[in-house]
Amino acid sequence: MLARGFTDPVHDSQGVFRAVMDALARPGTIQGLATGLEPPSPLTAELAAIALALADADAPLWLDEPLRQHPAVAEFLRFHTGARLTGTPSEAAFALVSDPAACPEFGTFAQGTPAYPDRSTTLVLAVSDLSCGEGWRLDGPGIRGGARLAAAPVPADMVERLGRNHAGFPQGVDLILAAAGRLAALPRSTRVTGG
Amino acid sequence: MSAAQPDTGYNFAYLDEGTKRMIRRAILKAIAIPGYQVPFASREMPMPYGWGTGGVQVTAAILGKDDVLKVIDQGSDDTTNAVSIRAFFARTADVAVTTRTREATVIQTRHRIPEAPLHEGQVLVYQVPIPEPLRYLEPRETETRQLHALAEYGLMHVKLYEDIARHGHIATTYAYPVEVAGRYVMDPSPTPKFDNPKMDDCPALQLFGAGREKRIYAVPPHTRVKSLDFEDHPFRVQTFDRPCALCGAEGVYLDEVLLDDAGGRMFVCSDTDHCEERRADGHVGTGGVAETVAHA
Repeated sequence: MLARGFTDPVHDSQGVFRAVMDALARPGTIQGLATGLEPPSPLTAELAAIALALADADAPLWLDEPLRQHPAVAEFLRFHTGARLTGTPSEAAFALVSDPAACPEFGTFAQGTPAYPDRSTTLVLAVSDLSCGEGWRLDGPGIRGGARLAAAPVPADMVERLGRNHAGFPQGVDLILAAAGRLAALPRSTRVTGG
Repeated sequence: MSAAQPDTGYNFAYLDEGTKRMIRRAILKAIAIPGYQVPFASREMPMPYGWGTGGVQVTAAILGKDDVLKVIDQGSDDTTNAVSIRAFFARTADVAVTTRTREATVIQTRHRIPEAPLHEGQVLVYQVPIPEPLRYLEPRETETRQLHALAEYGLMHVKLYEDIARHGHIATTYAYPVEVAGRYVMDPSPTPKFDNPKMDDCPALQLFGAGREKRIYAVPPHTRVKSLDFEDHPFRVQTFDRPCALCGAEGVYLDEVLLDDAGGRMFVCSDTDHCEERRADGHVGTGGVAETVAHA
């Protein structure tokens, strides 16, 4: 049977959006995220919640390999969001990545154009560990002084990738790191150096 | 506050969920690219363009049932625009409303930044008429897009230089252009330049909505916002040669109020909440009357 969506679509979507908005506005902070969802594995409740809150027919989704292998995941997302599932990363408004260590190069996703840098993909990475006050050093808009953030698993060359992504500002992708019950974000405006 | 009863028959905060998602996606990109104008599919709202349709749509998209909303128009909580928008959200979203800057979580503003310092966790939503700072210098959107893409802001410096050549100083007093996070030049909306310094390193998130022009942009908290200027003509704000006549406040933005046909006038705080709180605390200006009843 198809897993259910939000209990209260209006306020649950708003809650998820505000958590994502606050995370993007304050990189390095961790925002709580209660979803109440039980989506088909390996889609995590947090990835599902962000997709349900923000994706629709105007915002195509890209799924990583493990998610694509489970038809129940696509069925769940199609039914609840109405979003088109695309196999082309550069067409995606949101990319759901259940295995972040194997995430494709960020440059394969939509980067936006110099005149319209907003036409870029937001990557949502399902991490298992997420903590602030340790790990990478963050600096940039939204950060008072400096901040630190640690997440795992991530690609081995994560810091270099984020460096290249930031160097392309204002073009580039934005990252949401979602662990169980909480999330943080790394917009393209954030400079990240190794911890 | 207002006697408005919650309306049934509308979605929470008036907009449908599809529209909210579209606006929310635009807001997220706006935050990730500080100062860049994100196009969005602005809807018709039950108020005319120029009354804050952009700000209202941004507020409707971010508002949750636990938010406390404050709306100001030129600093005032009790003008038609502010009262109407506050009543609109009290009716369609049944949210708590306030006039106290400190108590609000979302503050929608038309052309002022409150005098009381904003704090972390607050969102300031600006109503914007013309979001493009280069529009009066270059009317074609295709061209201004290119100028922003190339960070080519020479035109704006020429405009400010012409001010100096004509008037001896930079004569722009409102909608004074700013550079956000060292990249995009942005129109801070027609706030007096007096408020520009408050945008720099502001602890609150600042969102800008232009309904007719269909643009959303943002300044994240603790972001560098620099008013454009020249080394030999540094940016300066207006100063007032007298304190507020009602509460005696200095270093605040004042409105001129005409009192009679014989040239009588007084200067009072533009931020009515700030003025009221000061008077409640016992501050009295030269034209003020001591408060006999303290505000609740």
